[in-house]
Amino acid sequence: MIRAHVNVFLKPDVMDPQGKALGEALLSLGHKTVKRVRVGRYFDIALEGDDPEQARVELTRMCEELLANTVIENYEIRIDPAQKA
Amino acid sequence: MSTAVVVFPGSNCEKDTLRAVEAVSGRPATLVWHKDRLPSGTRLAVLPGGFSYGDYLRAGAIAQFSPVMKSVIELAKAGGLVLGICNGFQILLEARLLPGAMIRNRNLHFICRWINLRIERPGTPFTNFNPRILRIPIAHAMGNYFIDGDGLKQLEARGQVIFRYCSQSGDVGDAHNPNGSAGSIAGICNEAGNVLGMMPHPERAIDEALGSVDGRCIWESVLKCGG
Repeated sequence: MIRAHVNVFLKPDVMDPQGKALGEALLSLGHKTVKRVRVGRYFDIALEGDDPEQARVELTRMCEELLANTVIENYEIRIDPAQKA
Repeated sequence: MSTAVVVFPGSNCEKDTLRAVEAVSGRPATLVWHKDRLPSGTRLAVLPGGFSYGDYLRAGAIAQFSPVMKSVIELAKAGGLVLGICNGFQILLEARLLPGAMIRNRNLHFICRWINLRIERPGTPFTNFNPRILRIPIAHAMGNYFIDGDGLKQLEARGQVIFRYCSQSGDVGDAHNPNGSAGSIAGICNEAGNVLGMMPHPERAIDEALGSVDGRCIWESVLKCGG
């Protein structure tokens, strides 16, 4: 089995009203060091098989087709080292 | 002509839409479940408002893969009319039948109120009428239209911006932009001009009892041109 971690986040030039509101909330809670907050999504995905390269190809297609809207979002894929069953 | 109103799990404006189509055309229209195909002979497909698939992931993201969308895309490619309202607009964006994407309203609120809509391009199948400003309600949380700078220039140059939010007298500007949309855009069409997405709800403005009859202009236009 392969375990993958996919992060999807808004592109830098896309406004993130949610992140902005959270940043302001953190400041109002006294976290004066907060400069910026951007909100993204994290997917924990388990896949059959043990070929990380093949998994990456498939995960990339998943991101392009559904998990990310590439008009407004970028994505990052991280795959755990293979585990022996 | 034959009009189909598509129903996704979570659609909630399909009956208002059906009622608007039937009231304006005087002919019955068909509700089509998302697992079916559009009936043959469909000339106009309407994707109604609502929360298809609970807005999971992104509004419209999952509905774009519903079986019915295959025949909606076929209809669009064959030159038939496709009208997406609110969630229907979001689905058309996710399906890439229209350019751009929706993000959250800039104030993070679900906005439900009357707005004024300026007709930017009269004479399309969707805007074949005289009034230049319509009063129609919006009701959405993700109606903040985004497209990158080049994309926006291209949209404008090709005349694909059909509706903009405006003041009562037709002024466009930040003060009259309810959700932060790029260019105050409320509705766009594809290059061919037969697919239109709009955030405002024309089916909610077809009777004086609802507060406005301005939505009728759009229905009369699209039902006449699609016939």
